[in-house]
Amino acid sequence: MSPIAYPTSWRRPPQIIRDRRWRIAVQLGILVYLALAVSTVEVNWARVYEGLDRGWNFVLGFLRPDFTSRWTDIAKGLTESLTMTLTSTVVGVAISLPIGIGAARNLAPRPVYYLCRGIIAVSRALQEVIVAIFLVAMFGFGPFAGFLTLSFATIGFLSKLLAEDIEDIDAGQVEAIRATGASWAQVVNYAVQPQVMPRLIGLSLYRLDINFRESAVIGIVGAGGIGATLNTAIDRYEYDSAGAILLIIIAIVMVAEYGSSHLRKYLQ
Amino acid sequence: MLRIEHLSKTYRTGDTALSDVSLEVPKGQILGLIGPSGAGKSTLIRCINRLVEPSAGAVWLGDVNLVTLGKAELRRQRRRIGMIFQEYALVERLTVMENVLSGRLGYVSFWRSFTRRFPPQDIQRAFALLDRVGLLDHADKRADALSGGQRQRVGIARALAQDPELLLVDEPTASLDPKTSRQIMRLLTEICAERGLPAIVNIHDVPLAQQFMQRIVGLRAGRIVFDGPPEALTHEVLTRIYGEEDWNAMKRGDEEQARAEAEARERMEALAQ
Repeated sequence: MSPIAYPTSWRRPPQIIRDRRWRIAVQLGILVYLALAVSTVEVNWARVYEGLDRGWNFVLGFLRPDFTSRWTDIAKGLTESLTMTLTSTVVGVAISLPIGIGAARNLAPRPVYYLCRGIIAVSRALQEVIVAIFLVAMFGFGPFAGFLTLSFATIGFLSKLLAEDIEDIDAGQVEAIRATGASWAQVVNYAVQPQVMPRLIGLSLYRLDINFRESAVIGIVGAGGIGATLNTAIDRYEYDSAGAILLIIIAIVMVAEYGSSHLRKYLQ
Repeated sequence: MLRIEHLSKTYRTGDTALSDVSLEVPKGQILGLIGPSGAGKSTLIRCINRLVEPSAGAVWLGDVNLVTLGKAELRRQRRRIGMIFQEYALVERLTVMENVLSGRLGYVSFWRSFTRRFPPQDIQRAFALLDRVGLLDHADKRADALSGGQRQRVGIARALAQDPELLLVDEPTASLDPKTSRQIMRLLTEICAERGLPAIVNIHDVPLAQQFMQRIVGLRAGRIVFDGPPEALTHEVLTRIYGEEDWNAMKRGDEEQARAEAEARERMEALAQ
């Protein structure tokens, strides 16, 4: 009965690159590339020093925000932004539903699947600001271009996540409803919808606050809303008004954030 | 009633799940399908209502060949076949009533089902079925609020709501404890007897199959290797179906379950007094 001499040490075998030499070569390569990349970044320290002053003025504007002198502009921008946010989210979600269902591999036939995935890829590839510049050129300055931009961006975001959620549902429930002789639409309504609804509502609320934040960004390129007001304030060096606008944006985003997370928790 | 002729299924991966299976189930018969995992039991019953498309062969329900049907006609024929699932497959976030009514989906238009306005006789039938399976008080609860045994009873009510001519039952007790398993099997066999419903029951629990089934079909590697009454399931036959095993260990398990069964019976009697 001599005990078998089991080893007392064990090391996790390498998972990705098995060969030791290759592993070292790849790690060295990454380090060299990083060093080269950092060395090519040019920093004009003199310019940075000058800029500090302007940056400080900006910070001071924050500390002494001026809500009153440009209040009518701010109020107009805010209303525009909020309107843009809400309408674009509603329209975006409405369009995302069929596209999201079409982009779910387990529900849609192949051609529809590829078409919907294509739409999603296009919508996601084009960044909001780029779309906004294009649409402003097409429809002129103002919130309509912003509304279209945000609706377009919502489609890519929501359809993709909805499709992925649909692909993850419990297939057993779908099978059971299908076995009763239900039509495709009935299967979607009875077996798919109940499974994805809480997440769909959560995602829509999340998109609502993304759209508000984005509305501030695309306003800078002319798509109306609070972003346009902010841009004007900065252009006029009215950092105190700009500070006020930024504070309002932060406050609204925080309210939306807490509100939606609370609502999502309630819906689960 | 149901006649399966030379049914074969080869999956796209090249795995042959069924090869040349022929089987006939007369009205009112409860047939237990036994066999090791991967023998093709699930595939066989799913080929009947074409949740899985068979590769070859015919499935006759009455005088309709289910294998050759087009989409719309297949949906109409699926109404005649009720199915009960291993993990219940209830829609968890819907109410018990909606789950039972979903058995009527093949009979009503999309708008009726979407607005949950089912015909009065469907609703009446659903209540009657819930009463039959002992869940009348739970109609408005969400399905995920029920216990395993209760969920499976909702599953049974849903299948019966279709007013089926055939029941396909896939491992109805695999997720249940021994006692609940027996209650569910008893309920199933009673209901089949009441309605003269034929049923094909996939079941991996041999003692349970012997106790409740009228006929046993043994499947191994996609072929029928046994077809006969439960009494004919001898050691030799079980070895043919499952391969070499320590059947004595299984027998000890049987005795244990027999004791559980006896205890359950005593309790039922005590309740009756």
